[in-house]
Parts: sequence; C-alpha cells; structure tokens
Amino acid sequence: MEWFYKFPHMDDDALRGLKKAIDEGFRAFTRSYGDLIENLFSPLQSFLIAADRFMTQTPWPVIILIIVAIAWFASRSAKVVLGCLVTLLLIGYFDMWDDTMRTVSMIFVCTVLSIAIGIPIGILMARSDRVQKIVSPILDVMQTMPSFVYLIPVVMLLGIGKVPGLIAVVIYAIPPMIRLTDLGIRLVDKDVLEAADAFGTSASQKLFKVQLPLALPTIMAGINQTIMMALAMVVVASMIGVQGLGQPVLKAIANQYFTLGMFNGLAIVGIAIIFDRVSQAYGQRLQKHREIVHG
Amino acid sequence: MADHHFGGIKIRHLYKIFGPNPKPYVEAVQKGLSKTELNEKHGHVLGLSDINIEIPSGCIQVIMGLSGSGKSTLIRHINRLIDPTAGEVLVDGVDVVKMDEAELRAFRRHQTAMVFQKFALLPHRNVLDNTMFGLEVQGLDREKRVDTAMRWLDRVGLKGFEKKYPNQLSGGMQQRVGLARALSNDAPVLLMDEAYSALDPLIRMDMQSVLLDLQKEIKKTIVFITHDLDEALRLGDQIAILRDGQVIQQGTSQEIVLKPADEYVANFVREVNRGRVVHVDAVMSPHQSGAYHGGKSIPAGTTIEEAMRVLVSGSDEDVFIVGKTGEPVGTVNLRQLTRAMVNSHEELQARPALAGVL
Ligand SMILES: Nc1ncnc2c1ncn2[C@@H]1O[C@H](COP(=O)(O)OP(=O)(O)O)[C@@H](O)[C@H]1O
Ligand SMILES: [Mg+2]
Repeated sequence: MEWFYKFPHMDDDALRGLKKAIDEGFRAFTRSYGDLIENLFSPLQSFLIAADRFMTQTPWPVIILIIVAIAWFASRSAKVVLGCLVTLLLIGYFDMWDDTMRTVSMIFVCTVLSIAIGIPIGILMARSDRVQKIVSPILDVMQTMPSFVYLIPVVMLLGIGKVPGLIAVVIYAIPPMIRLTDLGIRLVDKDVLEAADAFGTSASQKLFKVQLPLALPTIMAGINQTIMMALAMVVVASMIGVQGLGQPVLKAIANQYFTLGMFNGLAIVGIAIIFDRVSQAYGQRLQKHREIVHG
Repeated sequence: MADHHFGGIKIRHLYKIFGPNPKPYVEAVQKGLSKTELNEKHGHVLGLSDINIEIPSGCIQVIMGLSGSGKSTLIRHINRLIDPTAGEVLVDGVDVVKMDEAELRAFRRHQTAMVFQKFALLPHRNVLDNTMFGLEVQGLDREKRVDTAMRWLDRVGLKGFEKKYPNQLSGGMQQRVGLARALSNDAPVLLMDEAYSALDPLIRMDMQSVLLDLQKEIKKTIVFITHDLDEALRLGDQIAILRDGQVIQQGTSQEIVLKPADEYVANFVREVNRGRVVHVDAVMSPHQSGAYHGGKSIPAGTTIEEAMRVLVSGSDEDVFIVGKTGEPVGTVNLRQLTRAMVNSHEELQARPALAGVL
C-alpha cells in the first residue's frame, strides 16, 4: 500500500539523470552558440547604452522639461503635469535622480521593444484563430512562470548585465501588449469592417486605416499595462545587474536599511504613477470621439 | 469612359444556401425542397432561391420584404460581400461572381458604393475624412479628394460640418455623411441597405426627398432595400418583394398596389395610402367618343389624391383625363375617386364591372 500514501514518482536516478542531461545539453548549447546569441543582441545593447547615457548625462532641468512637455501633449491636463513636476523634483531632492533616470531609460527601451514585438504578434493573432490558439497558452506561461525561473537560462546564455535584464523584463511585460492588440482588433465593429470591404480596401488599407486606428485605445491600455509590469520587475532585474532604483532596494534588503528601501521604493511608485496617469490620459483623449451614438 | 453607357444590373438564377457544405443542396432546392425542410433535415439555411431581377441603368430598384426575408443577403451579392452558391450577377455585363480578388477590389472601388443601415462611419475620422474614405482607398491625391468630398457634403446639406465627428451628429446627419461618402465614389451603382430604417419618420421623408432630388441629376442605378411599403412606393421605379428568399412579385408601384400577387403582398398593401399611389388611370371610365368638350382636364398618371384636389376645388361633376398629347382617354368623378381610396384591391380589380354601374 505504500504507493497509496507516497506518490509513486519517477526513479530517483533516472530523474537526476534527466535533469543533468537537460542541463548539460543547455550548457553545451550555451558554450557553442553563446557568442553568436550575444552578437545577435548587441544592437539592443547599444540602444540600451544610448538611452542610458541620454537620460543620465543630459542636465536635469532639460530632462524635467522634456518629461513635462510629453506629459502636457499626452494629457492636456495641468493637474497631471503638475503632479509629474512635483514628483520629479522630490525624487531629485532626495538624491535619487541618477538611479531614477537609469530606471526610466530601461523602462523606455523595454516599452519600445514590447511595442515593436507585441503589436505585430497581436495583429497575427487577431487574423488567425490558429495563431491565437498557439500563442495564448505561451503568454499564460510567460505571465505565470516565476520570473526567477526564466532568469536562469537567460543568465546562462548572456551572463549578467543590461541585456539579459531587459529580456527578462520584456518576457514578463509583453503579454498584455500582445493580448490587448489582439483583443482591440477583434473588437472592431463588424459593420465598419464590412463598409471598408464594400469600398474595396486591400488587406493593408483595412489594417492601417480601420483596424489599428479603431483598436488604438485598447492597444494604449496594453502599453499602459506593459509599463506597469515592467516597473514591477525593476527590483528583480537589478539582481542580474540592471542598474537603477532596484539596486538600492536590493542593498537595503541585504543590510536591513529600512529608509533606503522605503525612499527608493517610493521613487518607483512615483514614476509608476507618472507613467500611468500620462498614458491613461492619452488613452482617454483617443477615446473622445469613439463612442458611437445612434439617433 | 465618358460615352460608355452603363449596362445595368442583371441577376440570374441566384441561389444562396448558408451552411458548411451548401453546393449539393442547390439541385434539391431547384426541385422544390423548402426552406424549413432544408433547415430541419440538412441543417442548412436557404438564404436566396432562384432570384431573377433585371435593373436597367438609371433606375431605382426597391427590394422589399419582412425582416429575415433575405434582403441584405441579396444586396450583398451585387458587390459580392457574400458569395453565391449558384447563379450570375452581371453588372454592366460583367459577372461579379467570376471576378478574382484584384478585379473584385477594383470593381468595388469604381463601380459600386454602399450606404448602410447603421451608417458604419469611422468614429475616429471627422466628417470630411469619412467622406473621402472611398477616394482615399482608390489612391487619389488629397487635393482631389477634398474637392470631391466638399462638393458632395455641400450637396447633401452638410456644409460647415466638415470638422465634426460622427458622434457629434444626429442619426439623420450621420446618414447624410454615409450618402456623401458613397456619392463621392462616383460609381454607377449605389447600394442602400435599409439606409433610412434607423431614422425618425420625418427625417426619413427628408432623406427620401434628398435622394429623389439627387437622382434626377446623377441617374445612378440604385438598389434600395426597405421593409417599409410607403418608402418603397415613393422611391421605387421598380419594386421586388421578397419572402423567405424568393421573389414573389416584381413590378411598378401601381402593379404592386393594384394587383398584389398573394396574401403576403396584400397584407403589405392594405395599410398603404392608396390616394397617393394609385393613378387615376386605374379608376377612370373609358372615354366615349364625342363627349369631350374641352373643359377641365388632368393628365394621365396623376394620383387619386391630386385628382380629388382638382375636383373639390372646381364645380364640375366629371373631369377629363388626357394623355401625353392632350387627347382625352377617360373621365373620372369624385365618387369613383373616393371609392378607390376606401375599397380594397379586389374591388378595384373588378373595375370594368364597376364602371358599368356608374
Ligand atoms: N451568415 C449566415 N449564416 C446563416 N444564415 C444566415 C446568414 N446570414 C443570413 N442568414 C439567414 O438568411 C436569412 C435572410 O437574412 P437577411 O438577408 O439578413 O434578411 P433581411 O435583411 O431581409 O432581414 C435569414 O433567415 C438569416 O437567418
Ligand atoms: Mg437586413
């Protein structure tokens, strides 16, 4: 009756052998292709470094001006702009400016990458139910798998540094981008699509003149969620060498510096709120003429 | 292109069966399998069955029927938004059914334009940009697009609204945009699927007038779908009545009102204001030679209501009906006119007997 109380698992040696085989296989793969893959990602590395350099080396008043200007054009709301300004000034005053800029540049690159990869995948998903059936469970895995687990192969392949950090963040943050692009396109009014057909649109005209513009508010919500999820990964990413607000938090955890952790944590919250309000306000402005009114 | 005369639309033996494998059932339907049987025994829906309609160029063809009778299905075959199961749709002599994708796109861009029941405007574009949509798809440069669109917006009474968004406009205004968008395409065929059904009665009358006014000038071949007989009678040069995917009667408004083919059509016709539809020709007593004294006369083709207006304003008992060249063709009096308005079609059909009594 032993099998009834203890789950009859795979033979210990066999299991150990299996794990070892996979590990070694992967290690061999890393050894032979690691350099190649690293080269593949070198444009990304340059992009990251350039963004980082721009954010940290531009004088702070210029950066504040840029951010405030973006906030104004996106939201057209004095309240949002004022909120941004105060948050940034407080962050600077408490001497977290450089780390914050590094984090912002990281989030920026991550968002650009997520959009560049996520929107085309979302479009493909919206076009074909088969693609949707394949991609959807992969996105589920990406979202639920603890991020530490997929840090391991990324680090094995690319070592410690900015690029593996970025990849980890993008894997975690891209699913809402893809899902909401798919959803937004699928929700486009059938009558409007029929009208587009009746006027003889080609597939690309339909995509760019009708489907994407009408899906844009939903896609915008996806961008917003992607940014929020990327920010949530800042501390984890700092464990594999991503600089920014995550590193002081990590140090604070290791040394029980309560205030250091608290300040940097609040700075993350602060920029999260800025990103969130600005992108949401922009999304809402996009919605302005969308509600279809009959009668 | 300028001197090419558009050849009209011919629909021949058109069948549409909805379902996963419709082809094999066409023959059975041709042999008399009914819509209900097809659905219950084989799980397929009979959308259209043996439709034959000829629409001459420049004519307004109304297609009428209750909800679910297949009107939308039929009109969507003309620009092949729906593929037929069997049959031909000839537009200007070319079979739409046989076109490949590129030909079909070009055909939709240049030969047809469509107006929809729910307007189907692009909510993110303002009125002007919506109106230009068809021209943009055709690939015209912006200057020409704006030019054409502004002209049509003006023509449908939307001057000054170019920068508004659809959700800032009433239903009637939105449909004017829909109409301007379709007209901007300058296609010979205009398809209107219940284009006015979502509008209030007064606005609807208004839009009917807009269409009739425009048609005098543009002379397009218009296919107009409606479930409203008054609208059908007002607009249609020809009317086809659809039930369960079959045409049960085709003809002019006179023919439909005076000789409904069956109970279904009679039911439609019963509620109609006959005075506005029926012509005096249908109720007059034939002219007896020698009696014409050149008094008050009205032309043949006048509606009963108009004729009554003439009669009640004068003092004559009878009035003469004259043909195109002024020759007398008959006489009519108030009693005949009144009787025509209150009686049902059966009695009108028995007109010769009736005329004898008077
Ligand atoms: N895609 C479809 N699949 C199955 N049945 C359909 C489909 N489209 C229409 N039908 C059926 O065809 C008939 C005619 O529909 P439709 O042309 O929309 O009618 P109408 O426009 O006159 O109200 C209805 O019985 C409807 O249920
Ligand atoms: Mg319909």
